[in-house]
Amino acid sequence: MEYILHILILIGIYTILSVSLNLLVGYTGILSIAHAAFYGVGAYVAALMALKLQTPFLLNLFLAIIASGIFGALVGIPSLRLRDDYFVIATFAFQIITFSILNNLVDFTGGPLGLPGIPQPNIFGFEITTHIEFLILVLILAGITFWISNRIVKSPFGRLLKAIREDEVFVRASGRNVSSAKIKVFVIGASLASIAGVIYATYITYIDPTSFTIMESIFIISIVIIGGSANLKGSIVGAAVLIALPELLRFIGLPNSIAANIRQILYGALLVIFMLWRPQGFLGEYKFNK
Amino acid sequence: MLKIENLNKSFDGVKALNDFSCVVHENEIVGLIGPNGAGKSTLFNVITGFIESDRGKIEFNGNVITKYPSHKIIKLGISRTFQDLRLIKQMPVLDNILLCFNHQQNEQIQNIIFRPKSISKVEQDNKQKALDLLRYAGIEDKANDLAGTLSYGQQKLLSIICCLAADSKLLLLDEPIAGINPEMRDKILTIISELPLKGKSVILIEHDMDFIMRICNRLIFMDTGTKVSEGIPEEVRNDPKVIEAYLE
Ligand SMILES: Nc1ncnc2c1ncn2[C@@H]1O[C@H](COP(=O)(O)OP(=O)(O)OP(=O)(O)O)[C@@H](O)[C@H]1O
Ligand SMILES: [Mg+2]
Repeated sequence: MEYILHILILIGIYTILSVSLNLLVGYTGILSIAHAAFYGVGAYVAALMALKLQTPFLLNLFLAIIASGIFGALVGIPSLRLRDDYFVIATFAFQIITFSILNNLVDFTGGPLGLPGIPQPNIFGFEITTHIEFLILVLILAGITFWISNRIVKSPFGRLLKAIREDEVFVRASGRNVSSAKIKVFVIGASLASIAGVIYATYITYIDPTSFTIMESIFIISIVIIGGSANLKGSIVGAAVLIALPELLRFIGLPNSIAANIRQILYGALLVIFMLWRPQGFLGEYKFNK
Repeated sequence: MLKIENLNKSFDGVKALNDFSCVVHENEIVGLIGPNGAGKSTLFNVITGFIESDRGKIEFNGNVITKYPSHKIIKLGISRTFQDLRLIKQMPVLDNILLCFNHQQNEQIQNIIFRPKSISKVEQDNKQKALDLLRYAGIEDKANDLAGTLSYGQQKLLSIICCLAADSKLLLLDEPIAGINPEMRDKILTIISELPLKGKSVILIEHDMDFIMRICNRLIFMDTGTKVSEGIPEEVRNDPKVIEAYLE
């Protein structure tokens, strides 16, 4: 039972990541490969605050969101004013730098050994410790993320984002500031991703840099593409499929080391299959193959 | 209202605009004619900030807009269409028009999250205006079709409606009737010729001389980036320099 709950919690965490990334990749058509870095910023801000300053969970969550948003602005403002390929490179650089800082600033982040003993959330005196309590917390935060994202994409701003994805020149000619809209949505996506990091850190109670690598970013991109770009429900489906599927490998009785390799192959194969035969993913509207 | 002084723009050595100057007054339709590659579209691109000029000055209603970014220029009241017809083809006709309204408070994030009611009110008003425009153009039955499913002529018409939605003072129309049937041409002619009555001015690029003669108050003929001739339509058409350039 705990095992099932654990899987559901992970699906919740990855739903937050994929829904927030879908705002960028699916709706706006800008490819960020730094999503795991923002996930990591959230996790480390929350962990360090809780460990070093004993601040409460909700404050840490708030600060993580702000910090991630600021980093998003720092990456997005210079690069999104230029061309989209500069943006991809800037996010790539941010991803690499973040990992390297987490890995090398040993005194502060614990380096490769990570940060153990992260306190579990305490919300107004209510301790969250059991799996079921964590699942409820994740569902609430994933729900909020989904609600905000859904409201954005269904709004006139969401229409603007989709129009930018289809034809930037038209949008410029209609008097919109394209780079400012992209920067806004990128900051929102980065902020939302940090929420997943905060839950992850307080749930596992231990983090190290290997959870926030570029491979993780690519994994989140795969969820978005396979679930369906520009479809938020698709991102939930994608998260569920890509998290649950490899777990089935365990039931076949494969040893962990082999299962890990097979998992990588599985993700790669799924991605190729979808790109070739169903570029719009399970539920998407936008074919990710321009 | 629009004053252009000594505008220059070259693309790797090719002079697309060479000391080009002109003015556009209130409520007039100026025809911009000239052979292929004369620099007509480049002029539109420079005015609207899509291409930066090398030298020169553009003034619009008292603002020097030479170095402004596109979105700022367009908000000041200049709209344009493109020679290579641009629309969001994957979106409904109505959404294309909604994207072109000038006031954008319903696209502000804080309003979307915290003031959904006021947004939906603005949105409803805009939809009504968009439908009115479509009715005026006679394609209101297409409101919910994807823009890409319209005929080529209807798409060109829609791109003009998009300019009308922005309610700009100056419209830059790049070959609005090229490649469309006579019926649609008449419809577009009517719409354009009514613009001065609504307090708007137009610069019109077109190769169809018959259309130009029927609709323009004034003509500018340009070749290799320079203004060669300017005046009332008959004058310019009969200018020996213009005839010579066309014969070459
Ligand atoms: N973005 C660009 N990059 C390089 N050269 C360009 C660019 N835009 C225009 N040119 C060149 O500038 C010159 C003027 O082109 P422009 O499109 O303004 O002509 P035009 O008068 O609109 O012609 P047409 O009647 O064929 O549309 C041409 O030689 C063209 O090749
Ligand atoms: Mg042209």
